[in-house]
Amino acid sequence: MSVESLVSQLKTGLDAPICLTWELTYACNLQCVHCLSSSGQRDPRELTTAEAKQVLDELHDLQVFYINIGGGEPMVRRDFFELLEYSIGRGIGVKFSTNGAFIDADKARRLTAMDYLDIQISLDGIDAATNDAVRGAGSYDMARRAMDNLAAAGFVERNGPFKISVVVTRHNVDQLDAFKALADSHGAQLRVTRLRPSGRGADTWHDLHPTNAQQRQIYHWLLAHGDNVLTGDSFFHLNALGEPLPGLNMCGAGRVVCLIDPIGDVYACPFVIHDQFKAGSVRDEGGFARVWKQSPLFLELREPQSAGACASCGSYDACQGGCMAAKFFTGLPLDGPDPECVGGAADEMLRTVNVGLTPKPAMDHSKPVTLGRSIGRKPVPVAGA
Amino acid sequence: MVCAASTERPLLDTPLELHPQVALRPEPFGALAYHYGNRRLIFLKHPDMVAVAKVLAEHPSLAEALRACGVAEARWPSFTAAFTNLQNSEIVRER
Repeated sequence: MSVESLVSQLKTGLDAPICLTWELTYACNLQCVHCLSSSGQRDPRELTTAEAKQVLDELHDLQVFYINIGGGEPMVRRDFFELLEYSIGRGIGVKFSTNGAFIDADKARRLTAMDYLDIQISLDGIDAATNDAVRGAGSYDMARRAMDNLAAAGFVERNGPFKISVVVTRHNVDQLDAFKALADSHGAQLRVTRLRPSGRGADTWHDLHPTNAQQRQIYHWLLAHGDNVLTGDSFFHLNALGEPLPGLNMCGAGRVVCLIDPIGDVYACPFVIHDQFKAGSVRDEGGFARVWKQSPLFLELREPQSAGACASCGSYDACQGGCMAAKFFTGLPLDGPDPECVGGAADEMLRTVNVGLTPKPAMDHSKPVTLGRSIGRKPVPVAGA
Repeated sequence: MVCAASTERPLLDTPLELHPQVALRPEPFGALAYHYGNRRLIFLKHPDMVAVAKVLAEHPSLAEALRACGVAEARWPSFTAAFTNLQNSEIVRER
């Protein structure tokens, strides 16, 4: 079977997802300006430990090999290690994304002792100035400390490279080589992903997303380094530039990928937390399996998709029209070009979109802006935070 | 990485097995194979590949496993190529 026919099979869906992201909590110690899930405060409806274990039992029965855990900051959940151990005990490997704040020397040793565990530490700048502008004051030191603690605990020797996960923005494109060197120096592996206009990212995307010239720069950098750098297949819209980048080159939403959010809602992918892409809930009768196998949304996504306005473009087979989430949250039609179409097909459309009318995320868990002491107020403690 | 075994004798004559850290998940096109050790995810792109992979350990060689699964000899070269890839990814190994 050729790669093309495999991809056409995958587009009709799998019996269970290959890549399942599970955001464990909307609570987060940071407030990154591009947060996909608009995280900050815990949602009171968050899945309980018992419910989370039930989901893991289901994933075990579906033979899901591994899950990608994120948030929010997943390590703020008090049962984080309990769930990690339960998952791994059920044969489901875990890869989790963290800002590193809670990986002190002790936690680093504990994580190192676990099997089938992978860690992704988020870092969006090679220096504090670049990183903290996006991720918040102190977040650069936080991530570097976590990396040092993991290295000191011997994580790499026992479990293989941890990942340094970079969202590529206008301000760090020129740092790709330096990120690679940083990863290499820690025995880590670099992961670079695309900035999406999702969550709080919808408000910052226009200022942060790479320019058209930078898109080309990313493409050529990935062509040169792609075999050793992970991308989560997120840059397939760049394939319109020529030789395809490594990966399956397809949108996996609802087909091989999905998201379980902290309150158990199931979305087509981690970048579309919006009612239009909500397939159901793990709390529904039939649980996750029924949502995956029978939800009308997922069944629809597994049907052949229209190329729409891109049908006459010679590059459509290469770029597949790009990312559904990127189109949706920038107000472009789903069967139109990606907002970062390297052929410039979206440029005119983006200029005419009424930004005030673009879809808003289903939920916003951002923390309220703290009022400074100068206004004479004390910060109110948040219960359960 | 070239395994020593592959230079010593043809893969067809080699006794193979699924790596003990590998799990197979049936799918409409064949199966997904996941290696919990090196975390590689591999597509077995034909149901016959899956059938052969499952019984490798019960037969004295890859050729015997192919024969037992009723795979016509004309198709053996493509199966040999596919199993060479699986061996390089440590999804299967010599036993």
